Amino acid sequence: MTFELPLLFLLVITAGGAILVKDLISAVFILGSYSFALALVWALLGAVDVAFVEAVVGAGLATVFFLLTLFRTTEKDNHLRRPPMPWPAIIGLPLLGVLLLYGAGDLPAFGDAYSAASTHISPVFLQNSLADTRTPNVVTAVLMDYRSFDTFIETIVIFTAGIACALILRKGN
Amino acid sequence: MVELLQTWLQRPNFIVFVILFLWGIYIMAAHPNLVKKLIGLYIVQTSVIFFLVAFSAKEGATVPIILSGTTSVNPLDYANPLPHVLTVTAIVVQIATLGVSLALVSAIHKRFGSLDEDEVMEQLG
Repeated sequence: MTFELPLLFLLVITAGGAILVKDLISAVFILGSYSFALALVWALLGAVDVAFVEAVVGAGLATVFFLLTLFRTTEKDNHLRRPPMPWPAIIGLPLLGVLLLYGAGDLPAFGDAYSAASTHISPVFLQNSLADTRTPNVVTAVLMDYRSFDTFIETIVIFTAGIACALILRKGN
Repeated sequence: MVELLQTWLQRPNFIVFVILFLWGIYIMAAHPNLVKKLIGLYIVQTSVIFFLVAFSAKEGATVPIILSGTTSVNPLDYANPLPHVLTVTAIVVQIATLGVSLALVSAIHKRFGSLDEDEVMEQLG
């Protein structure tokens, strides 16, 4: 908890920077630092695999994708005036925020070992995965063994996205 | 009212999630620049993943990698691995959708010569 609050503060600051900065290249680099701060928070929460994936894919690959797009297009956000706030946003977003915060009281407390998410099926995986799969990392065991078909079909999703990018960006279109 | 404030202060993760989620949705809806809209989309996606991963934490637990030489595992010693599995999948799919939408933005710029939503709509008539 000691390190978490400054990191959460950093998260909001970097997200705000990525949204507010006019120069798009700077905004993309600040977004990369936001991803990296997020990876640090996750490593602190004990989610090392998610932190690795976010640091590699989120901070690395997403930044590269954004930069490639910006090099093909323009780097300046040429809107100098602030866009006027549309009225559905004025009413809808604060309402949504109040609803979300009103529901916060029903969520399990942070770090609660007996919350609903951590009591039913997750102890079974933790207790049996080493005997079942001979893999000490439970996340790898679930991802690559218990849910291997899901991971396999996910590669089809990535393949489809790659084909879609190639078709959109091909020459003479 | 004091109780409600207390429940919020006990969950700083949730407050940050709400701020990032609403700010990202607002930018997606209101900002005219297409790349800025995608930055908002990215922030919304990562904030939801952040919300899910925050449930997996347990007080005093370590990362979900079983120590060598353990015969019987106490689930209270390790963080909940299932949100991690689901969000690893979600991050990869998020980058795939982001790549496709950036390709579409690139194609729009090639066709209309602008990343600005208002200018593209003007040319569309």
